Amino acid sequence: MAYRPEPAPFEEELAGLDALEAKTPRARSRARRIWSSLWPKVAAVGIVLLVWQILVWAHWRPKYVFPGPGTAFRSLWRDLANGRSLITGLQTMPSVAWFPLAIVVFRLSETAILFVVVLGAAPAIANGLVSGIDHVPPLLLRAGRVLGARGVKAYRHVILPAAFPSFLGGMKQGWAFAWRSLMAGELLVVIGGRAGLGFTLDSARLNVDYPGLMATMIVILVIGIVVDSLLFGVLERRVRRRWGLIEATS
Amino acid sequence: MSLRPRARETAEPELHMGSGSAVSLTSASKVYGTGAEAVHAVDNVSLDVEFGEFLCLVGASGCGKSTLLNMIAGLDKPTNGTVEVRGGRPTLIFQEPALFPWLTVERNVDLALKLRKIDRADRKQVVGSLLEMVHLTGFGSKQPHELSGGMRQRVAIARALAQQAEILLMDEPFGALDAMTRDLLHDEVERLWQDTGFSIVFVTHNVREAVRLADRVILLSSRPGRIAAEFPLDIPRPRRIESPEVGALATEITARLREEVKHHGVQT
Repeated sequence: MAYRPEPAPFEEELAGLDALEAKTPRARSRARRIWSSLWPKVAAVGIVLLVWQILVWAHWRPKYVFPGPGTAFRSLWRDLANGRSLITGLQTMPSVAWFPLAIVVFRLSETAILFVVVLGAAPAIANGLVSGIDHVPPLLLRAGRVLGARGVKAYRHVILPAAFPSFLGGMKQGWAFAWRSLMAGELLVVIGGRAGLGFTLDSARLNVDYPGLMATMIVILVIGIVVDSLLFGVLERRVRRRWGLIEATS
Repeated sequence: MSLRPRARETAEPELHMGSGSAVSLTSASKVYGTGAEAVHAVDNVSLDVEFGEFLCLVGASGCGKSTLLNMIAGLDKPTNGTVEVRGGRPTLIFQEPALFPWLTVERNVDLALKLRKIDRADRKQVVGSLLEMVHLTGFGSKQPHELSGGMRQRVAIARALAQQAEILLMDEPFGALDAMTRDLLHDEVERLWQDTGFSIVFVTHNVREAVRLADRVILLSSRPGRIAAEFPLDIPRPRRIESPEVGALATEITARLREEVKHHGVQT
Protein backbone atom coordinates (compact mmCIF):
# COMPACT_ATOMS: atom_id res chain seq x y z
CA MET A 1 0.00 0.00 0.00
CA ALA A 2 1.35 3.46 -0.97
CA TYR A 3 2.15 5.95 1.77
CA ARG A 4 -0.27 8.85 1.90
CA PRO A 5 0.59 11.96 3.93
CA GLU A 6 -2.94 12.44 5.37
CA PRO A 7 -3.72 13.17 9.08
CA ALA A 8 -3.40 10.19 11.31
CA PRO A 9 -7.08 9.55 12.26
CA PHE A 10 -8.21 9.66 8.65
CA GLU A 11 -5.41 7.41 7.61
CA GLU A 12 -6.34 5.05 10.35
CA GLU A 13 -9.91 5.07 9.18
CA LEU A 14 -8.83 4.54 5.62
CA ALA A 15 -6.53 1.81 6.66
CA GLY A 16 -9.47 0.23 8.49
CA LEU A 17 -11.67 0.53 5.41
CA ASP A 18 -8.83 -0.70 3.29
CA ALA A 19 -8.45 -3.58 5.57
CA LEU A 20 -12.15 -4.36 5.20
CA GLU A 21 -11.81 -4.13 1.48
CA ALA A 22 -8.65 -6.17 1.46
CA LYS A 23 -10.16 -8.96 3.50
CA THR A 24 -11.85 -10.75 0.65
CA PRO A 25 -8.82 -10.95 -1.60
CA ARG A 26 -6.71 -12.07 1.36
CA ALA A 27 -9.17 -14.83 2.25
CA ARG A 28 -9.29 -15.86 -1.36
CA SER A 29 -5.53 -15.95 -1.43
CA ARG A 30 -5.51 -18.21 1.66
CA ALA A 31 -7.83 -20.66 -0.03
CA ARG A 32 -5.60 -20.41 -3.04
CA ARG A 33 -2.55 -20.98 -0.89
CA ILE A 34 -4.12 -24.07 0.69
CA TRP A 35 -5.16 -25.28 -2.71
CA SER A 36 -1.78 -24.64 -4.24
CA SER A 37 -0.07 -26.58 -1.49
CA LEU A 38 -2.71 -29.30 -1.59
CA TRP A 39 -3.17 -29.96 -5.28
CA PRO A 40 0.21 -31.59 -5.91
CA LYS A 41 -0.58 -34.03 -3.12
CA VAL A 42 -4.09 -34.66 -4.40
CA ALA A 43 -2.70 -35.05 -7.91
CA ALA A 44 0.00 -37.40 -6.68
CA VAL A 45 -2.55 -39.56 -4.89
CA GLY A 46 -4.78 -39.41 -7.96
CA ILE A 47 -1.95 -40.45 -10.26
CA VAL A 48 -1.02 -43.32 -7.98
CA LEU A 49 -4.65 -44.49 -7.91
CA LEU A 50 -4.90 -44.10 -11.69
CA VAL A 51 -1.68 -46.02 -12.37
CA TRP A 52 -2.83 -48.66 -9.89
CA GLN A 53 -6.19 -49.00 -11.63
CA ILE A 54 -4.57 -49.02 -15.08
CA LEU A 55 -2.23 -51.81 -13.98
CA VAL A 56 -5.28 -53.75 -12.82
CA TRP A 57 -7.12 -53.06 -16.09
CA ALA A 58 -4.04 -54.11 -18.03
CA HIS A 59 -3.96 -57.45 -16.17
CA TRP A 60 -0.41 -56.82 -15.08
CA ARG A 61 -0.97 -59.51 -12.43
CA PRO A 62 -4.06 -61.66 -11.85
CA LYS A 63 -6.77 -59.77 -10.03
CA TYR A 64 -6.66 -61.97 -6.95
CA VAL A 65 -2.95 -61.20 -6.52
CA PHE A 66 -3.15 -57.52 -7.35
CA PRO A 67 -6.61 -56.13 -6.59
CA GLY A 68 -7.69 -52.66 -7.69
CA PRO A 69 -7.99 -49.60 -5.43
CA GLY A 70 -11.75 -50.03 -5.13
CA THR A 71 -11.37 -53.52 -3.73
CA ALA A 72 -8.56 -52.44 -1.42
CA PHE A 73 -10.50 -49.52 0.03
CA ARG A 74 -13.61 -51.62 0.49
CA SER A 75 -11.46 -54.05 2.44
CA LEU A 76 -9.96 -51.23 4.49
CA TRP A 77 -13.44 -49.94 5.30
CA ARG A 78 -14.55 -53.43 6.30
CA ASP A 79 -11.54 -53.76 8.62
CA LEU A 80 -12.28 -50.40 10.18
CA ALA A 81 -15.92 -51.29 10.61
CA ASN A 82 -15.35 -54.59 12.39
CA GLY A 83 -14.58 -55.03 16.05
CA ARG A 84 -10.91 -55.80 15.69
CA SER A 85 -9.83 -52.23 15.09
CA LEU A 86 -12.04 -51.09 17.96
CA ILE A 87 -10.20 -53.51 20.27
CA THR A 88 -6.85 -52.22 19.06
CA GLY A 89 -8.06 -48.65 19.42
CA LEU A 90 -9.10 -49.31 23.00
CA GLN A 91 -5.71 -50.83 23.63
CA THR A 92 -3.82 -47.79 22.39
CA MET A 93 -5.85 -45.53 24.65
CA PRO A 94 -3.96 -45.11 27.94
CA SER A 95 -6.21 -46.68 30.54
CA VAL A 96 -5.42 -43.89 33.01
CA ALA A 97 -7.49 -41.67 30.71
CA TRP A 98 -10.55 -43.61 31.89
CA PHE A 99 -10.07 -42.58 35.53
CA PRO A 100 -11.94 -39.27 35.52
CA LEU A 101 -14.95 -40.96 33.93
CA ALA A 102 -14.65 -43.94 36.26
CA ILE A 103 -14.55 -41.64 39.30
CA VAL A 104 -17.61 -39.76 38.06
CA VAL A 105 -19.54 -42.97 37.49
CA PHE A 106 -18.35 -45.12 40.39
CA ARG A 107 -17.15 -42.36 42.80
CA LEU A 108 -13.93 -42.80 44.70
CA SER A 109 -14.28 -46.51 45.18
CA GLU A 110 -12.54 -49.75 44.48
CA THR A 111 -15.04 -50.32 41.68
CA ALA A 112 -13.57 -47.33 39.85
CA ILE A 113 -10.10 -48.86 40.04
CA LEU A 114 -11.41 -52.26 39.04
CA PHE A 115 -13.22 -50.73 36.07
CA VAL A 116 -10.04 -49.09 34.80
CA VAL A 117 -7.87 -52.14 35.46
CA VAL A 118 -10.25 -54.39 33.54
CA LEU A 119 -10.52 -51.89 30.70
CA GLY A 120 -6.75 -51.69 30.55
CA ALA A 121 -6.23 -55.44 30.46
CA ALA A 122 -9.20 -56.70 28.45
CA PRO A 123 -8.20 -55.39 24.98
CA ALA A 124 -4.72 -56.93 25.23
CA ILE A 125 -6.16 -60.28 26.28
CA ALA A 126 -8.88 -60.15 23.62
CA ASN A 127 -6.31 -59.21 20.99
CA GLY A 128 -4.09 -62.12 21.98
CA LEU A 129 -6.99 -64.53 21.72
CA VAL A 130 -8.31 -63.15 18.43
CA SER A 131 -4.90 -63.13 16.79
CA GLY A 132 -4.27 -66.65 18.08
CA ILE A 133 -7.53 -67.81 16.51
CA ASP A 134 -6.65 -66.03 13.26
CA HIS A 135 -3.33 -67.82 13.06
CA VAL A 136 -4.42 -71.41 13.64
CA PRO A 137 -2.65 -73.41 10.90
CA PRO A 138 -5.27 -74.33 8.26
CA LEU A 139 -3.86 -77.86 8.13
CA LEU A 140 -4.80 -78.43 11.78
CA LEU A 141 -8.29 -77.11 11.09
CA ARG A 142 -8.64 -79.54 8.20
CA ALA A 143 -7.27 -82.40 10.30
CA GLY A 144 -9.82 -81.51 12.97
CA ARG A 145 -12.64 -81.40 10.44
CA VAL A 146 -11.68 -84.81 9.08
CA LEU A 147 -11.82 -86.16 12.65
CA GLY A 148 -15.30 -84.70 13.05
CA ALA A 149 -14.46 -81.53 14.98
CA ARG A 150 -16.85 -79.00 13.51
CA GLY A 151 -18.52 -75.95 15.04
CA VAL A 152 -18.26 -75.80 18.82
CA LYS A 153 -16.17 -78.97 18.89
CA ALA A 154 -13.66 -77.41 16.52
CA TYR A 155 -13.25 -74.53 18.98
CA ARG A 156 -13.05 -76.81 21.98
CA HIS A 157 -10.56 -79.31 20.56
CA VAL A 158 -8.61 -77.47 17.88
CA ILE A 159 -8.96 -73.70 17.65
CA LEU A 160 -8.72 -72.71 21.32
CA PRO A 161 -5.84 -75.06 22.19
CA ALA A 162 -4.01 -73.91 19.06
CA ALA A 163 -4.60 -70.28 20.02
CA PHE A 164 -3.44 -70.80 23.59
CA PRO A 165 0.18 -69.58 23.21
CA SER A 166 -1.02 -66.33 21.67
CA PHE A 167 -3.70 -66.04 24.35
CA LEU A 168 -1.02 -66.46 27.01
CA GLY A 169 0.97 -63.67 25.36
CA GLY A 170 -2.14 -61.50 25.52
CA MET A 171 -2.60 -62.36 29.20
CA LYS A 172 0.98 -61.34 29.91
CA GLN A 173 0.50 -58.04 28.15
CA GLY A 174 -2.86 -57.59 29.85
CA TRP A 175 -1.25 -58.12 33.22
CA ALA A 176 1.31 -55.41 32.46
CA PHE A 177 -1.43 -52.97 31.47
CA ALA A 178 -3.52 -53.90 34.51
CA TRP A 179 -0.64 -53.52 36.92
CA ARG A 180 0.22 -50.08 35.55
CA SER A 181 -3.32 -48.80 35.71
CA LEU A 182 -3.72 -50.26 39.20
CA MET A 183 -0.72 -48.27 40.44
CA ALA A 184 -1.93 -45.11 38.72
CA GLY A 185 -5.40 -45.68 40.11
CA GLU A 186 -4.18 -46.14 43.65
CA LEU A 187 -2.32 -42.85 43.42
CA LEU A 188 -5.47 -41.05 42.29
CA VAL A 189 -8.17 -42.89 44.17
CA VAL A 190 -7.54 -43.39 47.84
CA ILE A 191 -9.99 -45.79 49.34
CA GLY A 192 -10.64 -44.80 52.91
CA GLY A 193 -9.10 -46.91 55.61
CA ARG A 194 -7.12 -49.23 53.37
CA ALA A 195 -3.61 -48.47 52.31
CA GLY A 196 -2.83 -49.74 48.86
CA LEU A 197 0.65 -49.74 47.41
CA GLY A 198 0.00 -46.58 45.44
CA PHE A 199 -1.32 -44.84 48.54
CA THR A 200 1.68 -45.98 50.61
CA LEU A 201 3.94 -44.61 47.90
CA ASP A 202 2.23 -41.23 47.87
CA SER A 203 1.95 -40.92 51.64
CA ALA A 204 5.65 -41.73 51.98
CA ARG A 205 6.32 -38.76 49.72
CA LEU A 206 3.96 -36.50 51.68
CA ASN A 207 5.56 -37.51 54.98
CA VAL A 208 9.07 -36.97 53.61
CA ASP A 209 9.74 -40.65 54.31
CA TYR A 210 12.08 -41.12 51.39
CA PRO A 211 13.49 -44.50 52.51
CA GLY A 212 9.86 -45.67 52.75
CA LEU A 213 9.23 -44.30 49.25
CA MET A 214 12.18 -46.27 47.90
CA ALA A 215 11.12 -49.37 49.81
CA THR A 216 7.61 -49.20 48.31
CA MET A 217 9.05 -48.74 44.82
CA ILE A 218 11.21 -51.82 45.34
CA VAL A 219 8.15 -53.81 46.44
CA ILE A 220 6.26 -52.71 43.30
CA LEU A 221 9.22 -53.64 41.10
CA VAL A 222 9.65 -57.04 42.74
CA ILE A 223 5.96 -57.91 42.39
CA GLY A 224 6.19 -56.99 38.70
CA ILE A 225 9.27 -59.13 38.14
CA VAL A 226 7.88 -62.10 40.08
CA VAL A 227 4.58 -62.18 38.21
CA ASP A 228 6.20 -61.57 34.85
CA SER A 229 9.08 -64.00 34.98
CA LEU A 230 7.89 -66.59 37.46
CA LEU A 231 4.22 -66.92 36.60
CA PHE A 232 4.18 -66.05 32.90
CA GLY A 233 7.77 -67.05 32.20
CA VAL A 234 7.25 -70.53 33.60
CA LEU A 235 3.90 -70.97 31.83
CA GLU A 236 5.27 -69.80 28.50
CA ARG A 237 8.33 -72.00 28.75
CA ARG A 238 6.15 -74.99 29.57
CA VAL A 239 3.92 -74.38 26.55
CA ARG A 240 6.88 -73.89 24.23
CA ARG A 241 8.56 -77.05 25.46
CA ARG A 242 5.39 -79.05 25.03
CA TRP A 243 4.91 -77.75 21.49
CA GLY A 244 8.54 -78.45 20.69
CA LEU A 245 9.36 -74.79 20.08
CA ILE A 246 12.44 -74.98 22.31
CA GLU A 247 14.81 -77.83 23.03
CA ALA A 248 13.68 -79.69 26.13
CA THR A 249 16.22 -79.30 28.88
CA SER A 250 17.09 -82.78 30.05
CA MET B 1 -14.93 -102.45 20.45
CA SER B 2 -13.01 -104.54 17.99
CA LEU B 3 -10.24 -103.03 15.95
CA ARG B 4 -10.17 -105.53 13.18
CA PRO B 5 -13.82 -105.46 12.41
CA ARG B 6 -13.94 -107.25 9.13
CA ALA B 7 -11.87 -109.80 7.38
CA ARG B 8 -11.58 -108.86 3.71
CA GLU B 9 -13.38 -111.89 2.34
CA THR B 10 -16.32 -112.26 4.68
CA ALA B 11 -17.54 -108.87 5.75
CA GLU B 12 -17.84 -106.83 2.59
CA PRO B 13 -20.63 -108.65 0.81
CA GLU B 14 -22.90 -108.45 3.85
CA LEU B 15 -22.05 -104.87 4.60
CA HIS B 16 -22.50 -103.46 1.15
CA MET B 17 -24.90 -105.76 -0.55
CA GLY B 18 -25.99 -104.17 -3.79
CA SER B 19 -24.73 -100.75 -2.78
CA GLY B 20 -22.18 -100.49 -5.59
CA SER B 21 -18.81 -98.83 -5.09
CA ALA B 22 -17.27 -97.24 -2.04
CA VAL B 23 -16.78 -93.98 -3.92
CA SER B 24 -18.48 -92.91 -7.15
CA LEU B 25 -17.58 -89.74 -8.96
CA THR B 26 -19.86 -88.92 -11.86
CA SER B 27 -18.62 -86.22 -14.26
CA ALA B 28 -17.23 -84.34 -11.27
CA SER B 29 -15.66 -80.96 -12.00
CA LYS B 30 -14.17 -78.33 -9.77
CA VAL B 31 -13.61 -74.77 -10.88
CA TYR B 32 -11.93 -72.20 -8.66
CA GLY B 33 -12.69 -68.57 -9.34
CA THR B 34 -14.92 -67.21 -12.11
CA GLY B 35 -14.66 -65.62 -15.52
CA ALA B 36 -11.24 -65.15 -17.07
CA GLU B 37 -9.42 -66.19 -13.89
CA ALA B 38 -11.28 -69.47 -13.48
CA VAL B 39 -9.03 -72.44 -12.84
CA HIS B 40 -10.35 -75.84 -13.81
CA ALA B 41 -8.71 -77.99 -11.16
CA VAL B 42 -10.73 -81.10 -11.93
CA ASP B 43 -12.61 -81.54 -15.18
CA ASN B 44 -15.29 -84.12 -15.81
CA VAL B 45 -13.85 -87.00 -13.83
CA SER B 46 -15.88 -90.19 -13.55
CA LEU B 47 -14.39 -92.76 -11.26
CA ASP B 48 -15.47 -95.67 -9.09
CA VAL B 49 -13.52 -97.00 -6.16
CA GLU B 50 -14.54 -100.53 -5.29
CA PHE B 51 -14.91 -101.70 -1.69
CA GLY B 52 -11.56 -102.96 -0.48
CA GLU B 53 -9.72 -101.56 -3.48
CA PHE B 54 -6.31 -99.92 -3.26
CA LEU B 55 -6.41 -97.16 -5.85
CA CYS B 56 -3.50 -94.86 -6.63
CA LEU B 57 -3.86 -91.51 -8.39
CA VAL B 58 -0.72 -90.34 -10.15
CA GLY B 59 -0.07 -87.11 -11.97
CA ALA B 60 2.22 -84.13 -12.32
CA SER B 61 1.76 -81.20 -10.00
CA GLY B 62 -1.36 -79.18 -10.65
CA CYS B 63 -3.39 -82.17 -11.83
CA GLY B 64 -6.04 -81.65 -9.18
CA LYS B 65 -5.18 -84.76 -7.18
CA SER B 66 -5.65 -83.02 -3.87
CA THR B 67 -8.84 -81.35 -5.02
CA LEU B 68 -10.18 -84.75 -5.98
CA LEU B 69 -9.37 -86.13 -2.53
CA ASN B 70 -10.87 -83.13 -0.79
CA MET B 71 -14.10 -83.66 -2.70
CA ILE B 72 -14.22 -87.33 -1.70
CA ALA B 73 -13.43 -86.35 1.91
CA GLY B 74 -16.31 -83.87 1.87
CA LEU B 75 -14.02 -80.90 2.51
CA ASP B 76 -14.81 -79.49 -0.92
CA LYS B 77 -17.92 -79.61 -3.09
CA PRO B 78 -17.80 -80.30 -6.82
CA THR B 79 -18.82 -77.39 -9.05
CA ASN B 80 -20.54 -79.84 -11.37
CA GLY B 81 -21.33 -83.53 -11.25
CA THR B 82 -21.69 -85.67 -8.18
CA VAL B 83 -19.50 -87.35 -5.60
CA GLU B 84 -21.07 -90.25 -3.77
CA VAL B 85 -19.44 -91.93 -0.81
CA ARG B 86 -20.83 -95.05 0.85
CA GLY B 87 -19.82 -96.58 4.14
CA GLY B 88 -19.42 -93.53 6.33
CA ARG B 89 -17.23 -90.48 6.28
CA PRO B 90 -13.80 -91.16 4.78
CA THR B 91 -10.70 -90.28 6.70
CA LEU B 92 -7.86 -88.29 5.22
CA ILE B 93 -4.12 -88.47 5.82
CA PHE B 94 -2.08 -85.48 4.67
CA GLN B 95 1.49 -85.14 3.54
CA GLU B 96 2.21 -83.54 6.90
CA PRO B 97 1.18 -85.65 9.88
CA ALA B 98 -0.99 -82.73 11.10
CA LEU B 99 -0.80 -83.93 14.68
CA PHE B 100 -1.95 -81.52 17.36
CA PRO B 101 1.26 -80.28 18.99
CA TRP B 102 -0.38 -79.61 22.35
CA LEU B 103 -1.44 -83.24 22.80
CA THR B 104 0.66 -86.31 23.49
CA VAL B 105 0.75 -89.14 20.96
CA GLU B 106 -1.88 -90.99 23.01
CA ARG B 107 -4.16 -88.00 23.31
CA ASN B 108 -3.90 -87.30 19.58
CA VAL B 109 -5.24 -90.76 18.83
CA ASP B 110 -7.67 -90.50 21.73
CA LEU B 111 -9.21 -87.33 20.33
CA ALA B 112 -10.43 -89.21 17.26
CA LEU B 113 -12.21 -91.66 19.56
CA LYS B 114 -13.56 -88.91 21.81
CA LEU B 115 -15.06 -87.15 18.79
CA ARG B 116 -16.76 -90.42 17.92
CA LYS B 117 -18.25 -90.41 21.44
CA ILE B 118 -16.55 -93.63 22.51
CA ASP B 119 -16.70 -94.25 26.26
CA ARG B 120 -13.72 -93.06 28.22
CA ALA B 121 -13.41 -96.51 29.79
CA ASP B 122 -12.96 -98.18 26.41
CA ARG B 123 -10.74 -95.54 24.87
CA LYS B 124 -7.54 -96.26 26.77
CA GLN B 125 -7.45 -99.85 25.62
CA VAL B 126 -8.32 -98.97 22.02
CA VAL B 127 -5.59 -96.31 21.89
CA GLY B 128 -3.14 -98.92 23.17
CA SER B 129 -4.00 -101.44 20.48
CA LEU B 130 -3.99 -98.78 17.74
CA LEU B 131 -0.49 -97.70 18.73
CA GLU B 132 0.52 -101.35 18.76
CA MET B 133 -0.79 -101.75 15.21
CA VAL B 134 1.54 -99.00 13.98
CA HIS B 135 4.42 -100.25 16.16
CA LEU B 136 4.48 -97.30 18.51
CA THR B 137 3.85 -99.03 21.81
CA GLY B 138 5.77 -97.18 24.49
CA PHE B 139 5.65 -93.84 22.70
CA GLY B 140 2.18 -92.85 23.89
CA SER B 141 3.27 -90.25 26.39
CA LYS B 142 5.65 -88.48 23.99
CA GLN B 143 4.84 -85.16 22.38
CA PRO B 144 4.68 -85.28 18.56
CA HIS B 145 7.83 -83.18 18.15
CA GLU B 146 9.82 -85.80 20.05
CA LEU B 147 9.22 -88.37 17.30
CA SER B 148 10.86 -88.81 13.90
CA GLY B 149 8.99 -87.94 10.71
CA GLY B 150 8.10 -91.55 9.96
CA MET B 151 6.85 -92.14 13.50
CA ARG B 152 4.70 -89.03 13.34
CA GLN B 153 3.14 -90.20 10.10
CA ARG B 154 2.41 -93.54 11.80
CA VAL B 155 0.66 -91.69 14.63
CA ALA B 156 -1.40 -89.96 11.95
CA ILE B 157 -2.27 -93.38 10.51
CA ALA B 158 -3.25 -94.65 13.98
CA ARG B 159 -5.42 -91.58 14.47
CA ALA B 160 -7.06 -92.17 11.10
CA LEU B 161 -7.66 -95.84 11.96
CA ALA B 162 -9.31 -94.71 15.20
CA GLN B 163 -12.04 -93.16 13.10
CA GLN B 164 -13.04 -96.62 11.92
CA ALA B 165 -13.63 -95.21 8.48
CA GLU B 166 -14.08 -97.68 5.66
CA ILE B 167 -12.42 -95.36 3.20
CA LEU B 168 -8.92 -94.09 3.76
CA LEU B 169 -7.73 -91.18 1.64
CA MET B 170 -4.02 -90.48 1.57
CA ASP B 171 -2.65 -87.28 0.06
CA GLU B 172 1.03 -87.90 -0.73
CA PRO B 173 1.42 -89.24 2.79
CA PHE B 174 5.06 -90.32 2.46
CA GLY B 175 6.27 -87.55 0.17
CA ALA B 176 8.28 -85.87 2.90
CA LEU B 177 9.99 -89.03 4.18
CA ASP B 178 13.30 -90.66 3.31
CA ALA B 179 13.30 -93.72 1.03
CA MET B 180 14.01 -96.22 3.81
CA THR B 181 11.22 -95.00 6.06
CA ARG B 182 8.89 -94.82 3.10
CA ASP B 183 9.65 -98.43 2.23
CA LEU B 184 8.79 -99.56 5.78
CA LEU B 185 5.57 -97.58 5.75
CA HIS B 186 4.56 -99.14 2.43
CA ASP B 187 4.76 -102.54 4.08
CA GLU B 188 2.74 -101.30 7.04
CA VAL B 189 0.03 -99.65 5.01
CA GLU B 190 -0.30 -102.75 2.87
CA ARG B 191 -0.55 -104.95 5.96
CA LEU B 192 -3.14 -102.68 7.61
CA TRP B 193 -5.14 -102.57 4.41
CA GLN B 194 -5.12 -106.37 4.15
CA ASP B 195 -6.08 -106.72 7.83
CA THR B 196 -8.88 -104.20 7.93
CA GLY B 197 -10.28 -104.36 4.43
CA PHE B 198 -10.91 -100.68 3.90
CA SER B 199 -10.74 -98.95 0.54
CA ILE B 200 -7.75 -96.71 -0.02
CA VAL B 201 -7.38 -93.81 -2.42
CA PHE B 202 -3.71 -92.93 -2.42
CA VAL B 203 -2.42 -89.83 -4.18
CA THR B 204 1.24 -89.66 -5.13
CA HIS B 205 3.56 -88.23 -7.74
CA ASN B 206 5.91 -91.18 -7.23
CA VAL B 207 4.99 -93.72 -9.93
CA ARG B 208 7.03 -96.54 -8.37
CA GLU B 209 5.25 -96.03 -5.08
CA ALA B 210 1.92 -96.27 -6.87
CA VAL B 211 2.89 -99.51 -8.61
CA ARG B 212 4.25 -100.91 -5.35
CA LEU B 213 0.92 -100.40 -3.59
CA ALA B 214 -2.04 -100.22 -5.93
CA ASP B 215 -4.62 -102.60 -7.35
CA ARG B 216 -5.18 -99.96 -10.00
CA VAL B 217 -3.26 -96.85 -10.98
CA ILE B 218 -5.04 -93.89 -12.50
CA LEU B 219 -3.03 -91.31 -14.38
CA LEU B 220 -4.34 -87.76 -14.28
CA SER B 221 -3.52 -85.02 -16.75
CA SER B 222 -2.69 -81.49 -15.64
CA ARG B 223 -4.84 -78.34 -15.85
CA PRO B 224 -7.53 -79.37 -16.07
CA GLY B 225 -7.24 -82.60 -14.12
CA ARG B 226 -8.72 -85.37 -16.24
CA ILE B 227 -8.28 -89.12 -16.30
CA ALA B 228 -5.59 -89.72 -18.91
CA ALA B 229 -5.06 -93.44 -18.51
CA GLU B 230 -5.88 -96.35 -16.28
CA PHE B 231 -3.60 -99.28 -15.40
CA PRO B 232 -5.03 -102.35 -13.66
CA LEU B 233 -2.24 -104.16 -11.81
CA ASP B 234 -1.90 -107.90 -11.44
CA ILE B 235 1.58 -108.08 -9.97
CA PRO B 236 1.22 -110.53 -7.06
CA ARG B 237 1.64 -109.31 -3.51
CA PRO B 238 3.77 -108.92 -1.52
CA ARG B 239 5.61 -106.65 -3.93
CA ARG B 240 8.98 -105.02 -3.52
CA ILE B 241 9.49 -101.51 -4.79
CA GLU B 242 12.81 -102.59 -6.36
CA SER B 243 11.41 -105.67 -8.11
CA PRO B 244 11.68 -105.84 -11.93
CA GLU B 245 7.90 -106.16 -12.50
CA VAL B 246 7.26 -103.03 -10.47
CA GLY B 247 10.09 -101.28 -12.28
CA ALA B 248 8.84 -102.27 -15.75
CA LEU B 249 5.30 -101.06 -15.18
CA ALA B 250 6.53 -97.90 -13.47
CA THR B 251 8.64 -97.16 -16.56
CA GLU B 252 5.60 -97.64 -18.79
CA ILE B 253 3.43 -95.36 -16.67
CA THR B 254 6.20 -92.77 -16.41
CA ALA B 255 6.51 -92.69 -20.21
CA ARG B 256 2.77 -92.05 -20.46
CA LEU B 257 3.06 -89.36 -17.78
CA ARG B 258 5.85 -87.68 -19.78
CA GLU B 259 3.56 -87.49 -22.80
CA GLU B 260 0.89 -85.87 -20.69
CA VAL B 261 3.35 -83.35 -19.34
CA LYS B 262 4.56 -82.58 -22.87
CA HIS B 263 1.02 -81.99 -24.07
CA HIS B 264 -0.07 -79.79 -21.26
CA GLY B 265 3.12 -78.33 -19.85
CA VAL B 266 3.94 -78.46 -16.19
CA GLN B 267 2.55 -75.80 -13.94
CA THR B 268 4.71 -75.15 -10.99
